Amino acid sequence: MNWEVVIGLETHVELATKTKIFCSCSTEFGGAPNTHVCPVCTGMPGTLPVMNKKVLEYAAKASLALGCTVTQYCKFDRKNYFYPDLPKAYQVSQLYLPIGRNGSVPIRVGSEEKVIRIHELHMEEDAGKLVHDNWIDQTRADYNRCGVPLIEIVTEPDFRSADEVIAYLEKLRSTLEYLGVSDCKMQEGSLRCDVNLSVRPQGSDELGTRTEMKNLNSFKAISRAIAYEARRQQERIELDHKRVIQETRRWDDNKDATYSMRSKENAQDYRYFPEPDIPPMELSDAYLESLRQAMPEMAEAKRERYQAQWGLSAKDAELLTSSRAMAAFFEETVAAGASPKQASDWIQGEVLRELKERGLDVKEMIFAPENLAKLIGLVSAGRLNRGSAAKVLRGCFEDNADVEDYMRQHGLEQVNDAGLLEEAVTAVLAENPQSVADYRAGKKKAVGFLMGQCMKRLRGKGDPKAVSALLNQKLEG
Amino acid sequence: MQELLSYSAVELGRLLRKGELSVKEATEAALSAIERRQSGNNAFITVTGEQALAQAEQAQRRLLAGEDIGPLTGVPAAIKDNICTLGVKTTCASKIMGDFLPPYQATVMEKLEGAGAVSLGKLNMDEFAMGSTTETSFYGATKNPWDLSRVPGGSSGGAAAAVAARECWYALGSDTGGSIRQPASYCGVTGMKPTYGAVSRYGLIAYASSLDQIGPLARTAEDCAAILDVIMGKDKRDGTSLDAPCGGLLAGLNPDLTGKTVGIPVDCFEDGLDPDVRERVLSVADVLKGRGAKVEEFRLPVMQYVVPTYYIIAAAEASSNLSRFDGVKYGWRASGYEDLTDLYCKTRTEGFGSEVKRRILLGTFVLSSGYYDAFYRKALQVKHVIKSAFDDAFTKYDLILMPVAPTTAPRLGESLSDPLKMYLSDIYTVSVNLAGLPGLSMPCGFDRQGLPVGAQLIGPALGEQAILNAAYAYQQDTDYHKQAPVAAEGGERA
Amino acid sequence: MNITTELVDYVSELSRLKLPEEEKASMTAQLEQIIGYMDVLNTLDTSDIEPMSHTFPVKNVLREDEVEVFPNRDGLLAGAPAHDEEAFFVPKTVD
Repeated sequence: MNWEVVIGLETHVELATKTKIFCSCSTEFGGAPNTHVCPVCTGMPGTLPVMNKKVLEYAAKASLALGCTVTQYCKFDRKNYFYPDLPKAYQVSQLYLPIGRNGSVPIRVGSEEKVIRIHELHMEEDAGKLVHDNWIDQTRADYNRCGVPLIEIVTEPDFRSADEVIAYLEKLRSTLEYLGVSDCKMQEGSLRCDVNLSVRPQGSDELGTRTEMKNLNSFKAISRAIAYEARRQQERIELDHKRVIQETRRWDDNKDATYSMRSKENAQDYRYFPEPDIPPMELSDAYLESLRQAMPEMAEAKRERYQAQWGLSAKDAELLTSSRAMAAFFEETVAAGASPKQASDWIQGEVLRELKERGLDVKEMIFAPENLAKLIGLVSAGRLNRGSAAKVLRGCFEDNADVEDYMRQHGLEQVNDAGLLEEAVTAVLAENPQSVADYRAGKKKAVGFLMGQCMKRLRGKGDPKAVSALLNQKLEG
Repeated sequence: MQELLSYSAVELGRLLRKGELSVKEATEAALSAIERRQSGNNAFITVTGEQALAQAEQAQRRLLAGEDIGPLTGVPAAIKDNICTLGVKTTCASKIMGDFLPPYQATVMEKLEGAGAVSLGKLNMDEFAMGSTTETSFYGATKNPWDLSRVPGGSSGGAAAAVAARECWYALGSDTGGSIRQPASYCGVTGMKPTYGAVSRYGLIAYASSLDQIGPLARTAEDCAAILDVIMGKDKRDGTSLDAPCGGLLAGLNPDLTGKTVGIPVDCFEDGLDPDVRERVLSVADVLKGRGAKVEEFRLPVMQYVVPTYYIIAAAEASSNLSRFDGVKYGWRASGYEDLTDLYCKTRTEGFGSEVKRRILLGTFVLSSGYYDAFYRKALQVKHVIKSAFDDAFTKYDLILMPVAPTTAPRLGESLSDPLKMYLSDIYTVSVNLAGLPGLSMPCGFDRQGLPVGAQLIGPALGEQAILNAAYAYQQDTDYHKQAPVAAEGGERA
Repeated sequence: MNITTELVDYVSELSRLKLPEEEKASMTAQLEQIIGYMDVLNTLDTSDIEPMSHTFPVKNVLREDEVEVFPNRDGLLAGAPAHDEEAFFVPKTVD
């Protein structure tokens, strides 16, 4: 029998606000345990939540960008359960009136296009962190993450493959990153994803019993977990003739398998009810319109524009829009006078290499787009050859020193003096009679060696075009 | 000179400002009254004598420096033990709170400090403010100063008893379903629950968040006005606090009720109301008429729904609010637990008293899957109906007059055995909380046993001034509010 | 409505309460009486009534996204039944 996999996603995204959702503690990642805490987020008796304006703005923006209908009168609810990472023993979330509903996200896998429907998008607070201390055999509760604002985005069960899931998550990540509402770092947990998966015979309209997988910390883990879980469910039905049990399963990245998290856990009944401590939020038409107006150009639109306006290849456009910071750097370089094609080449070449070597993100880069544009300008003007230009970039990369000053201080300006070039070429030809003979005997490759010798003699500063022309002229002549 | 503790708070404040006596003298007089009466009525859980004397010194300095910080500077007060006081044990009269020392200050405490108040200590109450008798306290029942064999009412029983027994000039209590007004009535003092949101709840340990309000218990309506002037106002730490003009209540007091209409809901004077109470409360109408008010009867049939609606909503919110008491972050932790769930269960089962557990279970039930719509959602709908009925009434009337409680103070031990009966006795007070309205209880005489009777005045949202004016007018023409129990009159009763 | 001991057990479990047997019986009876009394609400037709959770039309109470550091971290930890200078302690919850 052919099986079809049916997948729905619940994605938690941390919003990039400075403070927590209901108190003024910092959301900064890391920090010693219980250092970003106050009476409110540690659930001290008598304390009250006050909603962060930015959270509402970011959640509304995300809802709009994901094509949701924004609930213009929205409220919080309490989700009640006992767990030591939840100091109030309830999580403030949204059940009855989530901020966004009925959205859609178009994705593309290969040449196939498809729309993933968003069931809802709601705001909630994150829980704390528990770490077991074997030394004292106690679990330590750290409330630094308590109250960090999250949005949870729930899709309909519209995915049929891991590739679709990844395409959606890439799209989601790019959208939220471009909006500036989240940095979507999976490794820091600012984007977390639970996968609901079931299988059914191809052609069937009915949904099978699903399992929910947690602890998926990378796109790779998600792909592997989907493959594993789909196979497990199929085999369970086909080979073992058993039914799939509705349960939560934990992905183990080291063992490449999912495990049931079922335990003697207490009954689950979250007893949601409207949060009395937080007044409702009303989002006016004017407010939503102002958010729409302020919506940045998204990756997809940029990609199309880069190709249409600047004639870049689809591949280049893709890479340059892989993050908002990257696209901004590129566009600012162009705005500072560089040709789009050259800016693209430089960014994808030397700039990315420098970043990679230092383990930095574009966002963290100090080297300014204006400086890169200037560097490109020096090359175009024939004042720097490409090799020297790379040296200049490297030298200026960390402190954003002026590229022209650096070039001068380090004597890297291109040598265009005809006399100097003539002298160098003549000398090289005289010193390497064997290569000259080889060339003339038909081994055209020898020119490369001679070219290298010339550049070496010119300490890399010769204009390669001029040197090559002169060399050819002398060899052929 | 008159016995110090028989002055009203505003009168004492005046004497202190004039320099006719010192804040220290007043504070010491109160501390000594507490010392004499505590064993009899058990109004206090914690007495903070040293802190009070330090605050007295500070207030005196401010007075001497000529700082004009208001009519209550240097007037000693006491605080219900569900209001968080920085570094001072706050218990909610519950075992589960252990020796909780709040690491922060409630907004009302900051405001009192700013106004130069002296805080004498923390007052007894029903555990987590759940109860109508102050018998559910882990620290033992408080007794009614008028008759030590009777309850002071609840849940702010300690506050009402301390004010009645002349142990302090005023107290801050909290009122979720009558917890200020009913003990004020039983103890013969004036108590007011302000409009929901008028006073910040930041630092008030929540029982039912949508109903809880902090308010004053004092000798007179004038005192209540002065206290509200200090504690009311928008607080950025309480999202439900109202951004409305406030202050000026004391200055605005006006006993002329000409042109005011008082509505009397006849539904509140029928079966189940003690005849003495009925007679005394209705007599208030005559006094108000004498001051120019018009009085009319009307029907308020929603009264039959208020108790179940209140108990569903209050219990539901309480079940959630009290979940945080789990022996992990603060308070008391049971011993001998096997694992996490056992730690939770043992701590909560042993740490909470029966009434609290009853309401947690009730609240959990009405929110649980399968029952939410029939109970909780239904109650929110009926609450809407109740609110609308009061809104309608206030299109016709400036004030509503009704009883506070069906009877005067019952004997100790009479109420707890039948919880439903106890809940039903809240009928006259809970509707005010459901509709978010301000309500005041003031002494209006005594029953045949010599126990105080209270009358309730209810106003529209933010109608504090109208209520206080009527009570102020009433207290110009009567002296029930000046009567003190024998114990407080100097003679010490057993 | 009939309140069974199973229901009381279920609700107790959700509430993390474990009543002793004798207390459970009286609690069950009391809850049945109280919940039975609540039936009076069903005499009122509320089918067209919007549930009211917030009494006043207060809305959009929002604060600026500005960091404030709480100065009394030690005070937050100090009241915990089991803690050290950094964290609250609970029995083994995670591996």
